[in-house]
Formats: sequence, C-alpha cells, structure tokens
Amino acid sequence: MKLQRFVTKHNRQFLLLNGILMGLGLSFNFWTDQRTIAVILLIAASIIGVFPIALHAFSALRYKTISIELLVTIAVIGAFVVGEFHESAIVTFLFLFGGYLEKKTLAKTRASIKTLTELAPTTATVKTAQGEKQVDVDDLAVADQVLVRPGDQIPVDGVIIQGQGYVNEAAITGESKPVFKATTTQVYSGSLLDSGMLTVRTEKVGDETTFGKIIELVEEAQDAKSPAEKFIDRFAKFYTPAVLVIALVVYLITRDLNTAITLLVLGCPGALVIGAPVSNVAGIGSSAKAGILVKGGEVTTALAHVDTVLFDKTGTLTVGKPEVVTTINLIDDAEKLKQTTAQLLAIEKTSKHPLAQAIVTDLMHKKIPNISLKDSPETVKGQGLVTDTLFVGNQRLLADHGIQLDAKEKLTVQQIQQQGLSTVLVADKQHLLLALGIGDALKPDTAAALSKLKAMGLNRLIMLTGDNAASAQAIGQQLPLSGIQAELLPEDKLAYIKAQQAEGHQVAFVGDGINDSPALAAANVGIAMGAGADAAIETADVTLMNANFMALVVAIQKSRQTHANTVQNIVIAIGTVAALLIGLLLGKIDMASGMFVHEASILVVIFNAMRLLRHSNLAKRIQTAKKIAVQR
Amino acid sequence: MAKVTLALDELTCPSCLTKIKQAVSSTPGVTNVKVLFNAGKVKAEFDPEVVQAEKIAAVVTDLGYEVKSNKTTV
Repeated sequence: MKLQRFVTKHNRQFLLLNGILMGLGLSFNFWTDQRTIAVILLIAASIIGVFPIALHAFSALRYKTISIELLVTIAVIGAFVVGEFHESAIVTFLFLFGGYLEKKTLAKTRASIKTLTELAPTTATVKTAQGEKQVDVDDLAVADQVLVRPGDQIPVDGVIIQGQGYVNEAAITGESKPVFKATTTQVYSGSLLDSGMLTVRTEKVGDETTFGKIIELVEEAQDAKSPAEKFIDRFAKFYTPAVLVIALVVYLITRDLNTAITLLVLGCPGALVIGAPVSNVAGIGSSAKAGILVKGGEVTTALAHVDTVLFDKTGTLTVGKPEVVTTINLIDDAEKLKQTTAQLLAIEKTSKHPLAQAIVTDLMHKKIPNISLKDSPETVKGQGLVTDTLFVGNQRLLADHGIQLDAKEKLTVQQIQQQGLSTVLVADKQHLLLALGIGDALKPDTAAALSKLKAMGLNRLIMLTGDNAASAQAIGQQLPLSGIQAELLPEDKLAYIKAQQAEGHQVAFVGDGINDSPALAAANVGIAMGAGADAAIETADVTLMNANFMALVVAIQKSRQTHANTVQNIVIAIGTVAALLIGLLLGKIDMASGMFVHEASILVVIFNAMRLLRHSNLAKRIQTAKKIAVQR
Repeated sequence: MAKVTLALDELTCPSCLTKIKQAVSSTPGVTNVKVLFNAGKVKAEFDPEVVQAEKIAAVVTDLGYEVKSNKTTV
C-alpha cells in the first residue's frame, strides 16, 4: 500500500494540479474555439482529482464502509459516461479543496487541546552523584531528585525537599496567580516556577501525573459522543448506502444518468457527520483551557439540561477550615489594643488547637508584630489559655476565673453565636476586651456565582450538609439558595438526590470529590471542585480544577452554548440537503453547484463551532498566562 | 497485556476512523482498539507474545496514515 501513503502525503499537490488543469480547461472552453484541448485538459483534471478520492473510497470499502468518497467517485464516473467533463473536473476540485479547508479549520477547533499538550514538559534536570544531568522526562523514575530553576517547568508530580519559590499552576488549575511553595509541599508537573529554586523528589512521571491525566481525559472526552452525535452516527450508517440505493432507483426509473449522479453528490452527508462532533470538540477544548474538564458530549448535554444544583457545604461552598470571620473590639485605647493583639498572637502561637491556628493566621495577615512572652501560657483543657494578665478562651474559662460579663458584653457574645460561629473571648481580670467569631467561611465568589446561576434560570439551588441546622442556616442565609437540607448522613444525601430525580428533576451535585463520590455518581452530572483533585478526575463527570466558584458558572454557560451549537449545526446540515433536493426537483441545481453548496455548508458548521472558542473573561486571563509560559 | 498509543497526523474524515479501527482490530493479538478522532491517536491493548507494537504501527502506516510516535507501556 505504498501508493496510498504517497497519495496521502501529496494530497496538496494533487489538489494543486487538479485546480490548474481545471482552470486551464475551463478557460479554453469559454474563451477559445479549441474544444478538443479544453476537453483533454478537463479529463486530465478529473482523473488527477478523482484518483485520491477513489483510493479512499476503495480502501474504506475493503473494511465494509460505504464512504462519502464512494458516492463522489461513482458520480464522477457517471459524469464521464454522460460526457460532462467540466462537471466532473469541478466536482473533484471542490471536493478536494473543501477537504483541504476542512482540515485547516478543524485544526483550529482542536487547537485548545494541542496547546495543552504542548505545555507538557519534555526535559528535566536530575541531581545525580556525578552532578546535574539533563534528561528526557520519559527517562525519569520515582524518587529521582529533580532540580527546577526559575522559568523552568516542573517536570514531575512530587514533593519539594529543598528550596522554595512562587509557582504558576495555570496548566493544572487554570489559575495563573503564582502560589508560594516551600519544603514538604506538593508540586505538579506542567506548572511553572516563577521565582526561587526547588529540588523536587519525584512521585509520579509522564501519563501518571495529574497533568498527564488531564490531557488524557480531555482527549478522550472530545471523542465521547453526545446523544445527538450517536443518533447521527446511526443515521449516517444507513443514510450513505441509502443515497446510493435511491440514486440507483432514480436511474432505473427515469433512465436519466445525469439526475442520478447529481443526487449522489447532493446526498453526501458531509456537514451532518462533521457538524455535531465539531461543536463538541470546540466546546470541550475551550472549557479545558479554563481548567474545566468535561467528560464528553453526553455530559455537556446533561449539564445543559440541569434544572437543580445541589451543593455540598463544607469544603465546597465554604473554605473547609476554620477562619476568623468577625472580631469585635471592646477596647477604646488604640495603644492598649495594639499591645493586647500582639500578646494574643504570642499566646495563640503556643497552641496547636485549630481555633488558635485560625487566630494566628488572621493576626499574621493583619501584620501584628511578634513579641515574646515573659512566661509561657498555661493551658486549661477544653477552655483556653491563661497568662498573668490575659484570659483567652470560651465563656466557661472566664466564668471559672470569676470574670463576670455585663449585659452589653453578653449580647456581643450572643450575636457571634447566632451566626453559627465558635467564640474565642479575650479578657483581662475585669473586662472582656475582644470577642472573636471563628467558623468555616464562605469562599469569596460563592454568593456572586450563585446569583449568576439564578440569573441564568437555575432557581433550584439547594445546600446539603451533615452539620446541625443552626450552623447550616447561618451559612445558608448568606447565599441566594432555594433550600437547605441539614443533618444529612452520606446515605441521606444519596437518597435526597434520588428523590429529586424521581420528581423529574435533572440534578447536578457539586462536591469537593473527597468523600462524596456516591453522590457524584448518582447525580445526573457530578461536579468535583478543587485544585489537583486527583481522585475526583476519575469519578466526577465534570472537574473544576480551579476552586473558584465562577468556574461553575462558566462550565454551565459553555455546556449550554455547546448544546445549542450542536443543534444549530444539525439544522444547518439537514436544511442544506433539503434545500438542495428541492433545488434539484425544480431543476435549479446541477452536480457542480450542488457540490459547491455542500462544501460551503461544511465550512459553515465548522465556523459556527469556532464561535465556541471565544472565551469569557475568566478563561481569557488564564490563556494569557499560558501564552507567557510557553514563550519562556 | 501491553498498551500502545500511536500518534498520527490529523484525522479529518470520519470514515478514516472506521477504517483504522477495523484494520487494527483484525490484527491477531490486538484487542480494545480505540481511535481518537480529534486527538489523532490510536490506543490499543496487545499481547506482546503474539504481536509487536511496530507491527501495529505498520498496519496503520499501510492504510496511508503516518505514525508520528509510538509509545508502549507494559
């Protein structure tokens, strides 16, 4: 089959020669009396043009596939028989040229995944006993120590064993803001070291890395067919042979070879077979660029039809770890406030308690100066910490040490408790000085993102949580939710999803992917949220690599657009064939003009799909960061 | 069972997909053939005692598609 390889390789030359000969032939035909020369040129053009087409048709036939190429080949042979040489020349040219343009434009719709793959690291610097060595990433093994310099890509998934620096993880999370990483933190292959210097101990290489899995998932997702595509596939399987049969029947009845071969050309299912897949490729590819991994056309369609979104609370709507949410200050004197907070920081630093750590993080963030304490604080179990001058802890601690709260101070504490927060009180021997409310805070964009979903017509937004009703209510009332379901065990969550589905709702479940895989699997669309959620990539239908809630909005918008685009493309394709058939019946369409309209319709569906590549602002930001990364 | 991934040039016609899939599937010792139309890749499992990855690549090449790279994992 050397011939086939030769032809595939020189497709463009065939097209070029075919085009030149056809142009010359038509010129001779119209502007000179040299009819014989014109006919010879057109015959030559047709033969050169039909050759690669027929070869394709034949090799497909060997595997029992009736291809579009076969229809065209028969049509061209038919045109020869009737002596319509200029038609056969034009048809072959349009078919080859259309195929060429199709290839070029299809490449554009596939470009998103291409740029992703090109971000995959290729080389690494390994530390060996003999010093540093440049190696191919494929040659790396687990436990290899890899050196990463500023501007370098991190070539493996692993743990930093030496050094620190700012890492841009846009390739993994879609978020281009550099993150600070130091010893013992996890780094991911494909991310970029902005500044600093790292030595990383290899844990995973190549396809095993999170980045490798993302690429594999997206590649497979682009080929996972939507219900519409599956329908078209089944349809096309019978459609193409049917066109062949119909053309034959028409010929047998009318004895008009011209009409029969025109029918063959008009019946080509070109735009139909390319229309739905191309929308999917563009939609899934452009989502992937924004850190939104959608597992195929079926998921896109399901997500576009979702009418109910259920949210897990802890770690999904909220940050997932305690934070200082409110600080109420009862000190009038600014100097005393400064002293007290500095002391508070020093005291809390001595404790490993989660609440203490939340306070330390908050105070460090507020740039409170570090001071050293004269004596180390004493821990009162289950109550708090005590020094000579300050009491830090809960109400019991203060009561046990004889500090009475007045009415106003009591009200302050109550206010914090009503928000569903844990309270930490700071008092001296007489008075309450500070009251801190600590809880699991909402992620910054949550409320705005949920409002956006509402604006998009998604009114059934329900929070599911295992927490008690009071703290669920406290978080829930800050969000535009339509319902809150509290005190649910994991199996209750599952039952709730099934009940919703039984009522006829299309349910999406949004979780952090860590312990809610049953719910993710049961929902019509399971959406996992969070950076590097390795395990979730496999269970969830949609993975939002970026923990930002706006990504959810983008994901739903994109899936709706993609679904609409698929429908448009199918309508365009079927409409074109119908219009051509009507044209044929009215005698307005011949073989050449039919082929022209056909090829045009293929380009129209591809261009239509390309609209999906236009990005929202969020996606754009991510893209620019990646471009910079590639240029380096 | 070993796994092979072949990276091809761009695939543009849906009938090419059927063709490649059938040709590779009918090679003895090869199972679970997947042709990724958009990524331009062929993935398959094969029995290394019956057939080699090079042979699978050759089947695809003979159909007229250039195999750009060929990666095997055991």
